[in-house]
Amino acid sequence: MIAHNGGVPPSAPSQGASRGRVLVVDDDAALAEMLGIVLRREGYEPAFVSDGARAVATFQQLRPDLVLLDLMLPGRNGLQICADIRTQSTVPIVMLTAKGDTIDIVQGLEAGADDYVTKPFKPVELVARVRAQLRRGENGQAESLAIGDVAIDVPAHQVTRDGVPIALTPLEFDLLVALARKPRQVFTRELLLEQVWGYRHAADTRLVNVHVQRLRAKVERDPEKPEVVLTVRGVGYKAGPP
Amino acid sequence: MERRERTPHPAVSTTTGPPAVDAAGDPPSAATPAAPTPSAAPGRPRRTSAQLRAGAARRLTRARRRTVVRTGRLVRRAVHAWRSSLQLRVGAITMLVAGVLVVIVSLVLFRQISDQLLGAKRQAAVDQSLAGVQYAQTEVGGIATGDSASIRITLSRTVENLRSRGGAAGDFDVVMVYLSGDAPRPASSRPDIYPAIPDDLRAEVAGGAQAYRYAPVPDRDGEPVPTLLVGAPVPTDGSGGDRLELYFAFPLEQEQESLEGIRSTVVITCAVLTLFVAGIGVLVTRLVVDPVRRAAGSAQRLAEGHLEERLAVRGEDDLARLATSFNAMADSLQRQITQLEGLSQLQQRFTSDVSHELRTPLTTVQMAAAVLHEAREDFDPAVARSAELLRAELDRFETLLSDLLEISRYDAGAAVLEAEAQDLVPVVHRVVEGMGALAARHGCDLQVTTPPVPVIAEVDVRRVERVLRNLVGNAIEHGTGKPVEVSLAASASAVAITVRDHGIGLTPADAQHVFDRFWRADAARVRTIGGSGLGLSISLEDARLHGGWLQVWGLPGQGAQFRLTVPMTAGGELTSSPLPLRPPFLTPPRSRS
Repeated sequence: MIAHNGGVPPSAPSQGASRGRVLVVDDDAALAEMLGIVLRREGYEPAFVSDGARAVATFQQLRPDLVLLDLMLPGRNGLQICADIRTQSTVPIVMLTAKGDTIDIVQGLEAGADDYVTKPFKPVELVARVRAQLRRGENGQAESLAIGDVAIDVPAHQVTRDGVPIALTPLEFDLLVALARKPRQVFTRELLLEQVWGYRHAADTRLVNVHVQRLRAKVERDPEKPEVVLTVRGVGYKAGPP
Repeated sequence: MERRERTPHPAVSTTTGPPAVDAAGDPPSAATPAAPTPSAAPGRPRRTSAQLRAGAARRLTRARRRTVVRTGRLVRRAVHAWRSSLQLRVGAITMLVAGVLVVIVSLVLFRQISDQLLGAKRQAAVDQSLAGVQYAQTEVGGIATGDSASIRITLSRTVENLRSRGGAAGDFDVVMVYLSGDAPRPASSRPDIYPAIPDDLRAEVAGGAQAYRYAPVPDRDGEPVPTLLVGAPVPTDGSGGDRLELYFAFPLEQEQESLEGIRSTVVITCAVLTLFVAGIGVLVTRLVVDPVRRAAGSAQRLAEGHLEERLAVRGEDDLARLATSFNAMADSLQRQITQLEGLSQLQQRFTSDVSHELRTPLTTVQMAAAVLHEAREDFDPAVARSAELLRAELDRFETLLSDLLEISRYDAGAAVLEAEAQDLVPVVHRVVEGMGALAARHGCDLQVTTPPVPVIAEVDVRRVERVLRNLVGNAIEHGTGKPVEVSLAASASAVAITVRDHGIGLTPADAQHVFDRFWRADAARVRTIGGSGLGLSISLEDARLHGGWLQVWGLPGQGAQFRLTVPMTAGGELTSSPLPLRPPFLTPPRSRS
């Protein structure tokens, strides 16, 4: 069920070169096809896999720039696939979920997803998320920052503590950079959503909370007593003093 | 027994409350009729005394009323205890019946014993008296012929002799009286006996018959002692009015002592027996009442929802049957409730599953519609309009679906409060800004009033925002283009947000239904924001999940105001709201004119 670029004819003329390869993991053929149509119209190059069991293998084979992952899949749980991909790659993962329940969303984000869209969604919403995730890392100027006892080399996309590198996903990196660039500012969750995720989400602060937790688990010496990403009660987060 | 104290008191104190208040309220009204008297005529003494009397009477009535109230309270408490405790009732009745029976039996018994004891003594006394009379007759044969000194000597001698003879009736004293015309001349073994002889006995003896009486006679120390007095005339060969009477006095000290001994024994026995019987009554009642109480306790716990509550079945008696039937009832109840719960869970699951399953095809349809909508300029007008309608109605469909899912989540009890400390001032501004486009379409001015300081409360922001969006959307839709005011205020324990419109308003009947699912204020009204009809129902559930209130005020033609009040801290109790539900400037201006 792998359909390479060109498997489904584009409904609109392709806008020049591909803006990125997107792997769509979904068992619903109609939805997958429709996603393909929309992605192609926006100039992305879609590929499809409908079987959860083959999702990771296809991912390794295709090396896409972004994964659209349906959480409810036959064969293999979407969460599992998400976690497996995350162990191999820092590729942006956007979940498609039918459940707006917090527990599902939080579980997906904790499994390594960077963002999610709740069904039913509109093409605009989907494209905004895909675009935001793919834009990540494009804006690198020569810059080196410090937050807590952690050093950030922005163009090299590298975070180190005492010379030891810390592996972060692009989203986690952007989150850390956003905080580190304005060390005196307290970021509300809404502001972080806008600056890091690149759009105004439907006030879903869970996205921020989960990613801050994930970031802390990686960069803090003791995640219970954060020194790098500090919580400002009732407002949001701020960078720890270097 | 240990459960007894628990039952009577609390209920008693509540029932006695109101009458005590009545009594406290009464005296002033009783005093009012008397009050004008002193003020009308202060100078007149007669009035004053009357007033004094009235005062005294008043004090008396008051005291009497107090006593009545106090006794009334006691009586009520007793009545309550009587009604509430079967054990007390059985114990009291057993004690009363046993007590009456024992008293009757012991009275009869006592009478029998004393009759026996005194009867023998009396017989002996009467016999001795007769013998004494015979003896005396021989001794005083010619007494009338002698002078007074010889008479006295003769009498004294006879008395001495009679006394020394002794008899079957025990210790005794003797009195002989010689009555000749002027005065009685008694000769006695002890001087203070004669005056103690009752008059009716004397009269009977004077009538010529032997007679006896029980009467108190002073003993040697002057203490009155119950005594059997037997008197008889001594026949003389007598001429004229001379008479001779012989009295025997038998002190009944010993008999009295033994009777008293018997009496105290009987009284103690009676009391012990009565208590014993009452105790048995209480004990037996307890044997029956305890299982009944256990059953009552179990029934109560069952009613509280502990469906696994059962009674232990012991033996095969009536109580065991009670336990068995109770358990059967509990089984059947549990089965039915579990079944119902299963059904309702199934139904809720179904709603939730349907909503979920609908989402994937809806997503496809919505994306397709969007693609069509974007390309509508290439279509002919009818198809282009169809694409527009398709997209608009799909939006409505989506709202309905997500609202249905949300309400099914509430019905399933699956909604979880994700409370987090958050400043509500920017939240309110953000929501109002988000509604700006809709407000502009309706030509409606949105006014926001928030405190100048942050209002940090532990709330689920997603839900609070949803409630606010709902309320503001509603206000804009029903506000007929007039301004909509949104206010935020906080107290130490609560936060309130009100949304006020000046539109068509609500009748009291409408106000009762606004939170009902799919309820429409006016079926004929054109809907412009395409709500699902579930918005306010969900908002109400959102408020409840916070432990808060969502209330509405409205008057036809005056607009409406919704007020959301949530506790400052998650799980806090609400007692009041920082904002009034009824707009303050609406207090009726009519009263001025």
